[in-house]
Amino acid sequence: MTDKLHIKLTVNGQEEEFLAEPRELLIYTLRERLNITGPHIGCETSHCGACTITMDGKSVKACTVFIGQANGADVTTIEGMGSPDALHPLQSAFKEHHGLQCGYCTPGMITRAAKLLEENPSPTEEDIRFGMSGNLCRCTGYQNIVKSILAAAAEMNAAKEAAE
Amino acid sequence: MNDMTPDREERKSSLKGMGSSRKRVEDARFTQGKGNYVDDIKLDGMLSGDFVRSPYAHARVVDINTEAALKVPGVLAVLTAKDLEPLGLHWMPTLAGDKQMVLADGKVLFQGQEVAFVIAKDRFAAADGIEAVEVEYEELPVLTDPFEALKSDVVLREDLDPKADGAHGPRKHHNHIFTWEAGEKDATEQVLAEADVVAEEMIYYHRTHPCPLETCGCVASMDKVNGKLTLWGTFQAPHAIRTVVSLISGIEEHNIRVISPDIGGGFGNKVGAYAGYVCSVVASIVTGQPVKWIEDRMDNLMTTAFARDYWMQGKISATKDGKITGLWCHTTADHGGFDACADPTKFPAGFMNICTGSYDIPTAYLAVDGVYTNKAPGGVAYRCSFRVTEAAYFIERMVEVLAIELNMDAAELRRINFIKKDQFPYNSALGWEYDSGDYHTAWDKALEAVNYDDLRKEQSARVAAFQRGETRKLLGIGLTHFTEIVGAGPVKNCDILGLGMFDSCEIRIHPTGSAIARLGTISQGQGHATTFAQILATEIGLPADSITIEEGDTDTAPYGLGTYGSRSTPVAGAATAMAGRKIRAKAQMIAAYLLEVHDDDVEFDVDRFVVKGAPERFKTMKDIAFASYNQAIPGLEPGLEAVSYYDPPNMTYPFGAYICVMELDVDTGEHEIRQFYALDDCGTRINPMIIEGQVHGGLTEALAIAMGQEIAYDEMGNVKTGTLMDFFLPTAWETPHYTTDHTTTPSPHHPIGAKGVGESPNVGGVPAFSNAVHDAFRAFGLRQAHMPHDHWRVWKIANDLGLHG
Repeated sequence: MTDKLHIKLTVNGQEEEFLAEPRELLIYTLRERLNITGPHIGCETSHCGACTITMDGKSVKACTVFIGQANGADVTTIEGMGSPDALHPLQSAFKEHHGLQCGYCTPGMITRAAKLLEENPSPTEEDIRFGMSGNLCRCTGYQNIVKSILAAAAEMNAAKEAAE
Repeated sequence: MNDMTPDREERKSSLKGMGSSRKRVEDARFTQGKGNYVDDIKLDGMLSGDFVRSPYAHARVVDINTEAALKVPGVLAVLTAKDLEPLGLHWMPTLAGDKQMVLADGKVLFQGQEVAFVIAKDRFAAADGIEAVEVEYEELPVLTDPFEALKSDVVLREDLDPKADGAHGPRKHHNHIFTWEAGEKDATEQVLAEADVVAEEMIYYHRTHPCPLETCGCVASMDKVNGKLTLWGTFQAPHAIRTVVSLISGIEEHNIRVISPDIGGGFGNKVGAYAGYVCSVVASIVTGQPVKWIEDRMDNLMTTAFARDYWMQGKISATKDGKITGLWCHTTADHGGFDACADPTKFPAGFMNICTGSYDIPTAYLAVDGVYTNKAPGGVAYRCSFRVTEAAYFIERMVEVLAIELNMDAAELRRINFIKKDQFPYNSALGWEYDSGDYHTAWDKALEAVNYDDLRKEQSARVAAFQRGETRKLLGIGLTHFTEIVGAGPVKNCDILGLGMFDSCEIRIHPTGSAIARLGTISQGQGHATTFAQILATEIGLPADSITIEEGDTDTAPYGLGTYGSRSTPVAGAATAMAGRKIRAKAQMIAAYLLEVHDDDVEFDVDRFVVKGAPERFKTMKDIAFASYNQAIPGLEPGLEAVSYYDPPNMTYPFGAYICVMELDVDTGEHEIRQFYALDDCGTRINPMIIEGQVHGGLTEALAIAMGQEIAYDEMGNVKTGTLMDFFLPTAWETPHYTTDHTTTPSPHHPIGAKGVGESPNVGGVPAFSNAVHDAFRAFGLRQAHMPHDHWRVWKIANDLGLHG
């Protein structure tokens, strides 16, 4: 058995420290070790995006990140995005515009969309369709996901303007 | 009294009842990462189980050596067929009357078949254990073609006596499963022989897979102290699973609790009973600890529940002016190694006999032959009612082929053959009674919406421009008018394993005027917690926001056959309305008592009972709920509860008109969907927002199937499309924008007139996309090209037609 790695990382603002086998994948660290079950497993090959998280400022598919690669990283999952009393605008918009059905892709979708809006606060429909193409949904046909993201972008931009 | 005064309107809209685009109550947890899917379940001491799978499609299993695996750290046990045999669990019954190996019993019949089950402390140790199990195989000849299988000397199912009848009658050959017939053979052949025009074509609907984003899985927990088994899992039919588990394990049904937690999409994949469920239960009994089994994506695509794989030989006849006179179909159905379809017992080919579609066809005949091959078992209804998408694709292709034969416009050919509004209820030549429809209105609305005549002109101009060498892109106009048959079904002819396909709802009204209702169905994303509360809000006059809907726990929910085949609204939705009406009937008596009038002197008004002619005298449903708990009313029991088990008198028949406008690049085979218009008529609409979402999703699954998705095998029986790299799931980028529309023709026999909608867009979408591809090449002589129409195959069509110069 290979020696275990000494891992430190921050997940949703909380520091974590543990020993892990080098083959441990970040998605399992989150789901099995830390009981953070928002990110889901859909393919384990980076295709579906159900496990999308933000790691050091980038959208990352946690199913294909070895835990060693996440050593020292700052990770945000859907659980770190809003609270029941203060939802992220994307969380409200997905509900308002029926941007989800079974909910399995939703945490990855919202996490990815948040990063997309950081990179491009006023995306066109085409920008969204391209920027979200790493996240698969089998239920919605994407149309209402696009609508939700456009609505959240408008709301976030309006809030920013009001604050300025 | 019933005038819509502003006050009354406000009261009505505050209920958020039927017809309201109520936001979903499920979404709070899903958008915050608080869904509870099966893989989220964690129990103390929980072990992990996973399969050693066959690399071969057909082989004898000579020896299984588990010695090395048992030495792997963390591995507790390895189960093989020999371990299950003393329990009688090495085989299990399928839902189609066949039986299936749980673990390989002497041989394997498809690649990926379950050979041994490794039980370990976690999934990583289980994976290590799987690597260490040594299996010796002796390869056997592989049959992947059903036509060849019916001629071959190679016997796939050595466990079956070739001379004995199968579950559905006589077998013609050792690899034959059943023949199923509908309609009149001789009369149809005579009509064909005498017809002005006959078009004949082989229509193949390829093998594909529902591929929900969440794979199948379960957690089995045997509590040996109390003798109770709890089984959580991705079950579209939890009650049926409980009954099956009881029948095969011998554990009494009251000692089994089956729970379907949140399900990450089903689309038919999660209807069947799988080896993983049985092995997890056995493993939990053996170890005394909970055992979790979760498929990976490759397991899912290779082994659990494929869909379609129907070879449909068709003949359609007509008069020279286009009136269809007869339809003949012979289908060869590739079922794989075991017949594990999930059809009602009397329908081994599902409702394939809806294949006369939306047309008034006086004479028809259908025969289906089921065949064993070395492919995975399944044959489930992937986002369709049983085999209805196959039937719709068949007839919608045959009508297009007939239009070519007659040199007619395909829209006009459809129009002159539609069943007319005044012919409903309509008895089809293949045995169904269509409940209601208004096809001409839907069709005209659709053609007008897309400016059909202009599109045809543009198409002709494009063909001319292509011939002049000015463009390399062709324009296809894909037409479809489909008729679905959903809501299985009447107990008189629909059962699965002898269980009648009714469904149920139980309602309890709480003293303060809120309620819980439990149903025999289970949502996999359809939003039942939202929509069923809306039905009740309208029926019992309490706000939908005050009604909790609960499904999926067999200890608390009344018995029902689950959610698939668009049956939840037609069957459980009807049960919900009927149970609501029982509540209302008792509430009327309570109201009359409180108002000191006769029962007949009060009437229901939105959220209250009022004294007829004296609207200022009323009792709200909230008042009545409280009274039912605190008043001793002569002749009435306390409380306000009701249950309904609803046996539908007929199926429901949703329909729709879809038009797809597609640009196809002759040189690259690429397509661009310029426009997609979908008109659905699903009867009474409960929640328009959710209907629209269902249509978008179903169309995208149809897009996938028609344009690229398939489970393909090579000649050795190797699955060539076992990952999401090879198995096409459209992204947001490839998916077009859809325009949805509707007409409303209520079902006359359903309590609220609803018909069901979830599967219509798949049933209608596949022929719409495929017909667009065919239509683009019609001017160049294309009659039939098999799906999926991926870029290479479209390029091949153009090449075969000589369009590459």
